[in-house]
Amino acid sequence: MISSSNSRAHRDAYGSQINRDHLPILVYGIPWLTIILASLVPMVPFIALAPILPPLGYLFLLTWRLVRPGLLPLWAGLPLGAFDDLFSGQPFGSGIFLFSVTLLSIEAIEIRFPWRNFLLDWFTASLALSVYLYACFLFSGAQLTSIQLRLILPQLLLSIVLFPIIARIVALLDRFRLMRIRKVR
Amino acid sequence: MAPPTIRRSAFRSGMNKKARFTAFTGYLVASIGVLIGAVLLAVSMWHPSLFSGLRTTASDAVSPASEAGATVREEGSSFFQAISGYYRAGSKNAQLKREMEIARVKLAEADAVKQENIRLKAVLGLKDRDPQPVAIARLIGSTSSSARRFAYISRGRDHGVTAGMPVVAPKGLIGRVLETGRSSSRVMLLTDTESMVPVRRSTDNIVAFAEGRADGSLRIRLINLGINPLKPGDVFVTSGAGGLFPPGVAVAVTTEVTKDGAIANLLANPAATDFVAVEPSWQGNIEAKSKTPEAEKASSSEPEE
Repeated sequence: MISSSNSRAHRDAYGSQINRDHLPILVYGIPWLTIILASLVPMVPFIALAPILPPLGYLFLLTWRLVRPGLLPLWAGLPLGAFDDLFSGQPFGSGIFLFSVTLLSIEAIEIRFPWRNFLLDWFTASLALSVYLYACFLFSGAQLTSIQLRLILPQLLLSIVLFPIIARIVALLDRFRLMRIRKVR
Repeated sequence: MAPPTIRRSAFRSGMNKKARFTAFTGYLVASIGVLIGAVLLAVSMWHPSLFSGLRTTASDAVSPASEAGATVREEGSSFFQAISGYYRAGSKNAQLKREMEIARVKLAEADAVKQENIRLKAVLGLKDRDPQPVAIARLIGSTSSSARRFAYISRGRDHGVTAGMPVVAPKGLIGRVLETGRSSSRVMLLTDTESMVPVRRSTDNIVAFAEGRADGSLRIRLINLGINPLKPGDVFVTSGAGGLFPPGVAVAVTTEVTKDGAIANLLANPAATDFVAVEPSWQGNIEAKSKTPEAEKASSSEPEE
């Protein structure tokens, strides 16, 4: 005899599969929202005497792009970079340029290496982060001295080490993003 | 089960015409984004204050939330201090009593010095610096991931803050206002590489420039080159030259002597400061005062200090 309804029969990690669907606001909004919030980190009352914090806005953009390819449109660098520029202290345009270049170049890399794993993603992110941090430093209008070049190293190291953690956070947010909340009638 | 929105790349084999067109537009818009970014970057590097309106509007918009955050941080830290105060209360009490006795003696001595100071100043015809702050503000944020060192404060144009005003913490100078919004402004900290403050040694008239090094310390460059007279532990105060910073505000203490000056640490660490005072520009101060004859005498004798 077929057993009567098991409550878990039509469920998966994203919730019930019957009569429920993804919410478009969450599906497309969560990546944008998290990157925007991460770009607002300079307005957190933490007064740093040296560049210490990793560029969280960029880090989240990179992670969303690598964890969920194709979710962010290619042109996302333009608005997100502009928003990041408003608070980061960089001259306006530096974020727009670097965010857009990053998305385009990752797209180009992906066509050549379609089969990737997490380590390769981490390597790509490290490469992108080091280029980004040194380019930011070059664009910032600060004096170019050897102290400055060494000053970025701890920040770079922290950013690279932080990537797997951010990737886990993004994976968590991704599960939240794809929750089946909307009722289908 | 795989989530439905996965798409490996913008271009795949076997795409239909419409999808191919969408992907192409994506590339096009992204490339235009790169171009726009490059142009804007070139423009704003050439003329850094061009987009200040946009920036200050944005920081105005989020500053209330930021200020609330700053309040919470402050209350949080005092909460933990209150708890930690209960540990070793007895030994601390005894220590405080000893310090109190010493402080009483020092206070008496200081009173005497103060009296003498007033007398000598009266002889010289100098007036006390009376820094009426334009506004008292909270430090609400800093560009903690950029190579430039800017901080945000919670007061702006509506409170009388204008660009160029010095920002002072109880322990010393923090920086100067760079851009003002309606209710928030951006401050260039002393450790920014573009920041330069004319200073002198507090004990004598050795004048120097204090330049930011972006790693949290300052570089003291002596103006008169020759035998370097500096020693570790020397305190530098603003000299008042240039007319931006008021004279006599503590800036930094020397930690390491170099060939042409020294490396110094900030006295007022912005990271440990909650409230700062925005003071009027020193030059404006002199102009306002010079209407009265005795103040004019005072301001004319100032640069000789």
